Amino acid sequence: MKSAPRVPVLKTYKQFIGGAFPRSESGRSFVLEDAKGRPIANVCQGSRKDFRDAAVKARAALEDWSARSGYNRAQILYRLAELVEGRSDQLVAELKQQGATAAAARTEVERTTDLLIYYAGWGDKYQQIFSTVNPVASPHFVFSVPEPAGVVALIAPDEGALLGLVAALCPIVVGGNAVIALASESKPLSSITFSEVCAAGDVPPGVINILTGFRKELLPHIAGHMDVNAVVYCGDDPSERKTVETEASRNVKRVIVTGAGGEDPYRIMETQEVKTTWHPVGF
Amino acid sequence: MSTLQAPYPSWSPSPPVDQVGVEERVARLSARSIKKGSKVTALKLALSMIDLTTLEGSDSVGKVRQLCDKAKHVHDALPDLPHVAAVCVYPTLVRTAKEALAGSGIRVAAVATAFPSGQADRETKLRDTRFAIDEGADEIDMVISRGEFLEGNFGYVYDEIAAIKAVCDRAQLKVILETGELGTLDRVREASDLALAAGADFIKTSTGKIQPAATPPVALVMMEALRDFHLRTGQKRGLKPAGGIRAAKQAVQYLVMLRETLGDEWLTPERFRIGASTLTNDIVMQIAKETEGVYQSNDYFSQA
Amino acid sequence: MSVVSVERKSAPEPAWTYAPAPESADPGIRKRYGLFVNGEFVAPADGKYRTIVNPANEQPLCKVAEGSAADVDRAVKAARQAYTRVWSKMPARERGKYVFRIARLLQERSREFAAAESKNGGKPIRESRDTDIPLAIAHFFYYAGWADKLDFAFPGMRAKPLGVCGQVIPWNFPLLMAAWKLAPALATGNTCVLKPAETTPVTALKLAEIIQMADLPPGVVNIVPGGRPTGQAVVEHPGVDKIAFTGSTAVGKWIMKALAGSSKRYTLELGGKAANIIFEDAAIDQAVEGIINAIFFNQGHVCCAGSRLLVQEGVAGSLIEKLQSRMNHLIVGDPLDKNTDVGAINSKEQLEKIDRYLVIGQEEGATMWQSECPLPQHGYYVRPTLFTNVSQSHRIAQEEIFGPVLAIQTFRTAEEAITKANNTPYGLSGGVWTDKGAKIFKVTRSLKAGVIWANTFNKFDPSSPFGGYKESGMGREGGWHGLAPYVRLERV
Repeated sequence: MKSAPRVPVLKTYKQFIGGAFPRSESGRSFVLEDAKGRPIANVCQGSRKDFRDAAVKARAALEDWSARSGYNRAQILYRLAELVEGRSDQLVAELKQQGATAAAARTEVERTTDLLIYYAGWGDKYQQIFSTVNPVASPHFVFSVPEPAGVVALIAPDEGALLGLVAALCPIVVGGNAVIALASESKPLSSITFSEVCAAGDVPPGVINILTGFRKELLPHIAGHMDVNAVVYCGDDPSERKTVETEASRNVKRVIVTGAGGEDPYRIMETQEVKTTWHPVGF
Repeated sequence: MSTLQAPYPSWSPSPPVDQVGVEERVARLSARSIKKGSKVTALKLALSMIDLTTLEGSDSVGKVRQLCDKAKHVHDALPDLPHVAAVCVYPTLVRTAKEALAGSGIRVAAVATAFPSGQADRETKLRDTRFAIDEGADEIDMVISRGEFLEGNFGYVYDEIAAIKAVCDRAQLKVILETGELGTLDRVREASDLALAAGADFIKTSTGKIQPAATPPVALVMMEALRDFHLRTGQKRGLKPAGGIRAAKQAVQYLVMLRETLGDEWLTPERFRIGASTLTNDIVMQIAKETEGVYQSNDYFSQA
Repeated sequence: MSVVSVERKSAPEPAWTYAPAPESADPGIRKRYGLFVNGEFVAPADGKYRTIVNPANEQPLCKVAEGSAADVDRAVKAARQAYTRVWSKMPARERGKYVFRIARLLQERSREFAAAESKNGGKPIRESRDTDIPLAIAHFFYYAGWADKLDFAFPGMRAKPLGVCGQVIPWNFPLLMAAWKLAPALATGNTCVLKPAETTPVTALKLAEIIQMADLPPGVVNIVPGGRPTGQAVVEHPGVDKIAFTGSTAVGKWIMKALAGSSKRYTLELGGKAANIIFEDAAIDQAVEGIINAIFFNQGHVCCAGSRLLVQEGVAGSLIEKLQSRMNHLIVGDPLDKNTDVGAINSKEQLEKIDRYLVIGQEEGATMWQSECPLPQHGYYVRPTLFTNVSQSHRIAQEEIFGPVLAIQTFRTAEEAITKANNTPYGLSGGVWTDKGAKIFKVTRSLKAGVIWANTFNKFDPSSPFGGYKESGMGREGGWHGLAPYVRLERV
């Protein structure tokens, strides 16, 4: 007797806040469609309150994360690479759902793994490249070191469903910051699956938070939040940029306007402060 | 009011304390692996050093009587278990405890001096202490005035300890530093040196009412103060870590630290106590595990 | 007043010693090891094997191939081929991934390696488990990350590998020294011929198993165990582009002579006689612990050991008293017991050398004091020892003993301490203990040594450079500085 076809189980795409997967507090969602206009999935339409909650979690997680050794953060990023590699089939399938060819999808997942390893490798090295001992003319020992800016908001690039997000996220996180990312508006699914990787890895809850939703609605609230220290905007829309830069002035947020990322240690320094300390030398 | 010149008699500056160095020494001590026979010896020793404690606003005659029964019968199913060192209660319940423990060899300790905050004037603290002594307390656990200490009024704190000690007469005095409020290990060392100079029989880490309570780094610094006091005066005073010690493993770690810092002569309830309540059962369960060879369940051990 | 004594039922009398706590992990030591050449374990050319002894009980542990000059030649050729055909052509990112693999695989088998290291070399399991193996793993992990980032390391210059590296390592930190040598070499694109010390080849050969598991292309790492002649063959082989050596100053000088006139690059990490300076205003109890770490870590078999104690006169008496009391709590014994603090001396030869110095010290007029601990009946052991009434002119204050023996002198002023500390041909490390920040920096600036520890000692990290001044050697290992010895720089 022929058995009935098995009913597949569809995935619910929730946001990633404080290490957990809540729906939007607003209860809203939007339908993601493929190129032919067919529905793929329901995606949470994140609200400003979701961002607010994420910022609280990020702030709470910051102290511990920034105090960890570079080696420890490096190992955590490397573990994420291991997990992405292990899930590559799932991630490839999801990218194809969102319109990529099989070859492009596989390349994108492989590059994502390699990029995680790349930035893991910087975790305990960028400090040596970007610190100095300053040869002052007085009898003082004076040194300058980078320190994480703190809570960083990231507007992920719209084109890069997986790689774009991870390329922008890595330098922020490896530098000791806690981040709240707004995923690509047109291709948000991979970001949520990547969140699952973060949750399964050793990333402490609150260090990485990922929201889905609409830029136009959320940008002013993100850029204007008084407890966010820096905002990284990956994009080139002039009016979006103007909004970000204007709102950021409220608390003198550092604003970084940038494109798609790649292998670049200078991106780590974009979300770093520099601390200089003086001490006398003498008996 | 202080009558002293340099903060208190025989005052010499306490040595600085390096926190990272202390934590490294603690880490090395906690790498000690205490197994089999030596583990059972340590567990029994720890049991004999417990000040079984109840210090709740809701304490009553009934509660204290039951605690005293537990103190006397920790776990009758296991033979050769020592009894705990003392039961520690509020002054109003000292009489109840004394009656319940009569003839058992278990001492009654009372907290006093406006425990736990210590925010009261000298006269109130003295009266609180006298009451506890009159009710029959064998030991007094007093709190220092942390505010005064942090303001640098070392003479004030010295005087209050000396005054309480005088009231104690033949009762032993434990001085609670409330190390969780002192901020740095340097201050823990200073407070320890001060309390010992003023006459403390025991220096005690905490009231158990705030976090952090006793921690191994704090205990190590206090042991070093006791060691230097012994080197200077020849006298052996005691230490009582209290609060947050729930697991038998922690208790054994403190004993390792004690042995390797102060030496075998401190491995006695005369010189070392642990302020705890739930620790008792965990110790007994560990002893049972060593004897029977299997992990134990709470269901088989009486809750006080 | 003091403690009131009251009649009470007595608790059990404290008679508490620690029961044996043996490490249970299987060290996975084979009965016999060949050489590791071109990705495989192979027999030595002349069929000779050396018996490796467990110094804790003087029992034979295993047999290891003794590499002859012909074996070294084979290994160098394999390394050269691997370099030319595979390793130098591989994209840097992929090269780095192999080194990451080695780190992760070693991490998975860390307990096993710790047990093997202690069994072969004599160091306490607590140290191999908590220090040696984790640091070795960290070195591989750290340098793996540099492989594809060299363009950022040297502004205006491109870093190219040197080719084939000959690396000769000592017996005091066998696996860790292998990691210190292999990791930066591989990350920068070189291939290697490693010669472990004659008494301690085991963990290097176990590392070869990890290298096989990691699928490292054959010939990239080759391991040729053996004695002095084997090391000589590596140094003198014309097919080697660079020599890295850690060992005695005497052999270091021989290597410099042997390489004179050749264009081979070399780095040397040699002996030391470090001064550990304790000022009156130090955190004394932590300083005591620092002294213990400085000279009794790894039985004092450490090139950077704080083997001289310079203590300010005002605190000398009480400090030495505390030191002795602390030394009496050190447990000397079976390296595989988790409670052992001081393990076995690595070899009979080294034991005899240390004993000779104990005699010399007493004959010179210094006063010897040893801890009162019991020693095991068999095996090579020395009690933790200190000498007081030592002068700068004594041999025990000048010559490297390489054992758990501390020579103590007093000083009055900081200038005097600095002079005494620098008055030596060595310059590897030093220690400064004071609570005063300005004094730390003034003293560290004045000491002529490559690694100065302030308010700590014997701290290592893969990101932090290590190496000496003067006769303690040249070149640095660890950190960004550790890349330079393995590359040549060309203008971009």
